[in-house]
Amino acid sequence: MTTLTMLSPSNENELAEILRGATGRLAIRGSATRHYPQEGTPLTTHAISGVQLYEPGALTLVARVGTPITEIDALLAQNNQRLPFEPMDHRPLLHTTGEPTIGGMIGLNHCGPRRLQVGSARDLLLGLRLVDGTGRIIKNGGRVMKNVTGYDLARLNCGARGGLGIITEVCLKVLPMPEATTTLALPETDPEQAVRTMAAALGSPYEVTGAAWDGATVLLRVEGFAQSVHYRTSRLAHLLPSAVSIEGNPWPAIRDCLRFADQKTDVWRVSLRASQGGLAARRLRDKGIDVQLDWGGALLWASTTSGTDLRMLLGRGYGHATLLRGNPGPTTPELEPQSAPVAMLSEQLRRSFDPRDLFRRS
Amino acid sequence: MQMPVPRTTVIARRAEILAALQAILPVDAVIEQASELKAYECDALTAYRCPPLAVVLPRTTEEVASVLKVCHQFGVPVIPRGAGTSLAGGSLPTADSIVVGIARMSAVLEVDFEDRLIRVQSGRTNLSVTGKISDEGWFYAPDPSSQLACAISGNIAMNSGGAHCLKYGVTVNNLLGVRMVLMDGTIMDLGGGHMDAGDLDLLSVVCGSEGQLGIVTEATLRILPKPEGARPILIAFDSASVAGACVSDIIRSGLLPVAIEYMDRPCIRACEAFAKAGYPDCEALLIIEVEGSDAEIAHQLGLIRALADTHAPREIRESRSAEESAKIWLGRKSAFGAMGQINDYMCLDGTIPIGELPHVLQRIGDLSQQYGLEVANVFHAGDGNMHPLILFDANKPGDLERCEKFGADILRLCVEVGGCLTGEHGVGVEKRDLMLVQFNRDDLEAQMLVKDAFDPHWLLNPAKVFPLEVSEARRSQ
Repeated sequence: MTTLTMLSPSNENELAEILRGATGRLAIRGSATRHYPQEGTPLTTHAISGVQLYEPGALTLVARVGTPITEIDALLAQNNQRLPFEPMDHRPLLHTTGEPTIGGMIGLNHCGPRRLQVGSARDLLLGLRLVDGTGRIIKNGGRVMKNVTGYDLARLNCGARGGLGIITEVCLKVLPMPEATTTLALPETDPEQAVRTMAAALGSPYEVTGAAWDGATVLLRVEGFAQSVHYRTSRLAHLLPSAVSIEGNPWPAIRDCLRFADQKTDVWRVSLRASQGGLAARRLRDKGIDVQLDWGGALLWASTTSGTDLRMLLGRGYGHATLLRGNPGPTTPELEPQSAPVAMLSEQLRRSFDPRDLFRRS
Repeated sequence: MQMPVPRTTVIARRAEILAALQAILPVDAVIEQASELKAYECDALTAYRCPPLAVVLPRTTEEVASVLKVCHQFGVPVIPRGAGTSLAGGSLPTADSIVVGIARMSAVLEVDFEDRLIRVQSGRTNLSVTGKISDEGWFYAPDPSSQLACAISGNIAMNSGGAHCLKYGVTVNNLLGVRMVLMDGTIMDLGGGHMDAGDLDLLSVVCGSEGQLGIVTEATLRILPKPEGARPILIAFDSASVAGACVSDIIRSGLLPVAIEYMDRPCIRACEAFAKAGYPDCEALLIIEVEGSDAEIAHQLGLIRALADTHAPREIRESRSAEESAKIWLGRKSAFGAMGQINDYMCLDGTIPIGELPHVLQRIGDLSQQYGLEVANVFHAGDGNMHPLILFDANKPGDLERCEKFGADILRLCVEVGGCLTGEHGVGVEKRDLMLVQFNRDDLEAQMLVKDAFDPHWLLNPAKVFPLEVSEARRSQ
């Protein structure tokens, strides 16, 4: 890759101007916490930054794309609120630096354990503004909780990795911090049994907000008012007699899959049905592959020797696997290949929103 | 309200089209007699009617696919229809269209409590999804007020909400996957039992696309264990702004009520006269419901009571039994019936930022005087989704038009204060011509690009969502 001047527009209009005049591929990044070399002129969105609106009483936040997550966290904390979807911090796993931004978060939609209860960023995204590959500025959604006015391009762009346009501003629903949090732990080495245990907890009315298995232990999280957390954890302990409450906060390590951070391996992120997660985890573990489960089993992390095609090992009919750390190749693309009609529609959408292939990844 | 001029070339080939449909469907699946077509000439937006060319009632995804292939081949517009409960005219036919009704596709295909999902044919009614799993202690969360009748397919088309979505989210948050048929007959799966998309999240744009991208025939839905219990509290205030401030306080406090419902004085009076729920005669009434064990409910209601007390409420009434709960909900649940007894009414569906509540209610009051039409407000206060009910007399010439103008002004107001035209009913034909109030042409062009990809010839429900002049070039290609 040749050294090129980094484009760094400071607002939406400048960005639109750049895109209208662009002649070739752009390598878009926020603060490059997940970046690996790509072809094209580098363009960063980190200067399009700042919280535009925050209404604690309406649980809504509007921020520009380059706003660091730490800045948002600090602002929300002043009002005892938070981004409820636990954005993943990719730095430890990918050995990158930089400050994660809200735009990177929305572009990828990699969310933590609370996906089970409150949803992912995609679920809490109320609206956005973006500039597409023709330089057209588009707004979609809004800043209210319920909005079915027109097509939902906001969610379509959440997790789209900037493939349809560059997001410039997002509006998110935020939630209050809980008064109390308790984590229960149960020793369990069998992933299928771990998933059944998590299913028992998640099938109870006790509102579990995290259910993960780290290879040796099932972890269950309960959050809310202290009195209610106390009641619900005691009911869960009754339901699962070997569960004990533990000190400390194991959840950021689950969210970021820290166990695999220092291994010299490829890391796969697999989204599948919870029961399939248990079965797949057992089979992979039996082949000597290190695994972890989140989302009650519906998110499987696997650490494989470099070059392994995990999709071959998983077989057919599961959800989808992403090669999050490792070198994608012709037989192991980063993203799961899609069915023919889905691939065709996705391709058509890319062509419509990015007719000059500015955002296309090789 | 305008609809496109029907394609005479299509109408001229009616016999041929019918023969093609009859050749691929069971004998009872094609409806073509004028008397029978009347049942499909409108949905719940009854002010507008038009019988279609024919109606088909397939039973399988494959039958839907063959029907769409035929329609694609003949260039016939297709109007998808679930249970026909749309308040926005989402399944209003045109004279040159085939209505594809999927009410016969109501089977439960899979229930999996361990994976916490149910897979159904999408013609199944919303309430009967919960009905299937209720005995085992589970439920499907989105609960539009038409849930007894409305179909999951329509819920997906309009991304329906309901009173309980403050806690549990709307349809898009509870939909894991669909099987759908594209206009050219291609059968396609999006999502499934897993929780996020592998690449572009097409499922999220299909949800809420008002039957314009494809016909959803199967849906995989997230199901939840029922809470241990639920109980409402009723709080009466002398002013709308104080009630609004109380709602904000509750939301900020960390409490997560399942529902916060608001009624204004005209609505309270109408409901009281109709249902005799014993509501206090006040300016603003909140009904707030919380869930959990008895002790958790008592604790949450205690916190709500304490917050409400700082706003000097006229009255607080906490339910202490199932009977009292039912009585508190009785008035609210009969609001639409109560208004219907007084006169014809039009139900609006705009959403506003919660902080704008007092201002918006004041302006609606002013507009009511200006138009000389009464209005009652009942809405989901927790998420700012308003349902102003405008009373009018359908038999009085000019009243409907006046009512529509009044409604349009209210929706413009919602957008002006930072909200939107529709929170849960959808755009349909009803709000189609107001889309340029909320969006500019570039915004709409971007949305239409999605339809171009899914339905290049614009045959699926083509005259909805986008103002006719905006979609003209695409529809007449």
